[in-house]
Amino acid sequence: MSAESTVRIEKMTGARMFLECLRKEGVDKIFGYPGGVILHIYDELYNCDFIKHYLVRHEQAAVHAAEGYARITGKPGVVLVTSGPGACNTITGIANAYYDSYPLVVFTGQVDTRLIGNDAFQESDIVGITRTCCKHNYLVKSIADLPRVIKESFHIARTGKPGPVVVSLPKDILTSRMEFEYPEKLNLPGYNPTYEGHPIQCRKALKLLCEAQRPVIISGGGIIHSEAWMEIRELAKKLNIPVATTLMGIGTYPQDDKLSLGMLGMHGNYWANLAVSNCDVLFAVGTRFNDRITGCLKRFCKDAQVIHVDIDPCSISKNVHVDIPIVGDAKNVLNLMLHEYNTGKYSYDYNMRELWVKQIESWKLNKAIRAVENGIMSPQTVIEHIYNKTKNMDTIIATEVGQHQMWTAQLYKFNKPRQLITSGGLGTMGFGFPAAIGAQIASPEKLVFNIAGDGSIQMNIQELMTCVDYKIPVKIAVINNGYLGMVRQWQEKMFNKHYSQTPITSPDYVKLAEAYGILGLRITKDDEIDAALDKAIAYNGPVIMDFVVEPFEMVYPWVLAGKPLNEVLLSNLEKGE
Amino acid sequence: MKHTISVLVKNEAGILSSVCDLFSTRGYNIESLTVAATVDTTFSRITIVTTGDDVVIEQICKQLNRLINTIKVVELPKSADKCIDRELILCKVTAKDEARSEILRIAEIFGAKIIDVSPDTYTLEYSGDNRQVLAIITLLRPLGIKELVRSGLVAITRENQFVNLNK
Repeated sequence: MSAESTVRIEKMTGARMFLECLRKEGVDKIFGYPGGVILHIYDELYNCDFIKHYLVRHEQAAVHAAEGYARITGKPGVVLVTSGPGACNTITGIANAYYDSYPLVVFTGQVDTRLIGNDAFQESDIVGITRTCCKHNYLVKSIADLPRVIKESFHIARTGKPGPVVVSLPKDILTSRMEFEYPEKLNLPGYNPTYEGHPIQCRKALKLLCEAQRPVIISGGGIIHSEAWMEIRELAKKLNIPVATTLMGIGTYPQDDKLSLGMLGMHGNYWANLAVSNCDVLFAVGTRFNDRITGCLKRFCKDAQVIHVDIDPCSISKNVHVDIPIVGDAKNVLNLMLHEYNTGKYSYDYNMRELWVKQIESWKLNKAIRAVENGIMSPQTVIEHIYNKTKNMDTIIATEVGQHQMWTAQLYKFNKPRQLITSGGLGTMGFGFPAAIGAQIASPEKLVFNIAGDGSIQMNIQELMTCVDYKIPVKIAVINNGYLGMVRQWQEKMFNKHYSQTPITSPDYVKLAEAYGILGLRITKDDEIDAALDKAIAYNGPVIMDFVVEPFEMVYPWVLAGKPLNEVLLSNLEKGE
Repeated sequence: MKHTISVLVKNEAGILSSVCDLFSTRGYNIESLTVAATVDTTFSRITIVTTGDDVVIEQICKQLNRLINTIKVVELPKSADKCIDRELILCKVTAKDEARSEILRIAEIFGAKIIDVSPDTYTLEYSGDNRQVLAIITLLRPLGIKELVRSGLVAITRENQFVNLNK
């Protein structure tokens, strides 16, 4: 034995070890809320100079903020909360990240290992509770496992199809002592994501795309995870194929491009839905064919051949029958296809493609018509103004869930990935504001807007204080129509205008802003919008803008749930059911 | 259609729950499930009998594979020349008067063992494939089954059809 190795390494507490592990993973920001069993870590944080902790006002918001951070940086967001209620409050946030595949590592305290299962104070079986809404979870049973578990958690969260990992840390693990050694290698024999697409499948896909007369690309959220937006753009340009994006894929293809179809799906563009319905080859990358983009499954692309690229084999042929499945990372697959195309062995009929693009151009004349024209400020006008005001600034837009979310997706012409932060899969109201906080923390130099509904904003409005504390200058635009608008819209169309529990009241947002010591503005007329936006953007701090808008405006285009994608309603005048 | 899926997993707490949760959250049915450590005790083998069409079975296998702690998922072949399956049953039967000798005859025909005897009952131990197990239960039922315990199916492929950790 050498002299060095006999030197006794100082033993470290689990709490200290936890922070050292985070340091090894390059974590410098965490979102959390202290409590009984997790106090030993908070004690270590007291003098910690390499991790900045952001104290939120509700644990759910900590998880959303961490997800907002992950969406901007591509790195796992880290959350630290206590056991029992603290842990339970994180569930919605964890499920949200799971559905939209963003990496998180959520550390929850746990009661002493000897007390687990005894219904101790603030005990909850968080491993059991989160099992079906996270990518993986751990209960650390020995301090010897702690470094390995943390290393594995970060690895699992950010690789393959990213997702949240939950780690439950019993109190006695944090207080016991051991020599710290961070493992260098991982041993996860059951976890081997497929990154390389099968070359034969890729060639088959490319051949089919070249032979196609009416091809369409669907670019999904997976393009963002694999950072393959340049590749998808290049492939679309080279093969002259129109590109539709899913809600999660917004920004992967520039909307001002000729080949852009914008968003497809329930509230997608008329022409995008028609193009997908009439295509003969569909090339879908990084999407799991959620029912919001397929409409009636039986009639979705029923005459088309489908090529599906996804890193998760489970997504393939789950909802839509796939003719050419390719399991792999989108970037690798697209690069392989581009490389293959560049050999010059492939060609396509350019004139045929131009005919197809022209056909789609003619569909582009069918735009949604506003439901109400009565001079009252309309929500769409507000969002268009926000777009025009911020389009040349480096802006991140977060949304909540509902009508305002769909209008934002439709009217804000996103050209860059990681520019829109929105809850797609789970559809979590109250997500946008804390996520905007996380996004602003991830990129302090950018302008961050949260476009919110008056219902959604009240779900996590307590985080205003977090913004004040840390001087996070998120600009909140409340599209205030006095209703839970999206639900009201369904009630209007399908439930005989029975507005059951959808009228919703709000506090006076200007006075609320005053109470928090931030800027509050109320805007009721079209000609006040620009000045208010200028003032908000110039203001050095958080702002709430209360846009009091027409209550009965509807989101169109609209494919009613269960209808085929080409049955698009463009205005109130068309009959639905 | 019945399918037998063999799942090699890390021998850790919680993995069985993950597997079961996967079935319950997706509404898949478990007909039987057995689990025990393999020759390498850091791994366990779960044998699941389930029903569903090919699309459902494909999804089940993919979903099982997606769990971090599953090492290998194999749908076992159905034909008897590729795969052997067995189930163990313990059966307590009312045994009085003439029935006592009838039970012994049935046991002899099937090669079942009598593992417990009382003045009023016999307890039989028997293992066989699904068809044989159902046959002996059918024959014993009219005699009065007091208690029946079935192990659920275990299965193994015949030689050269390796279902093992590739190392």
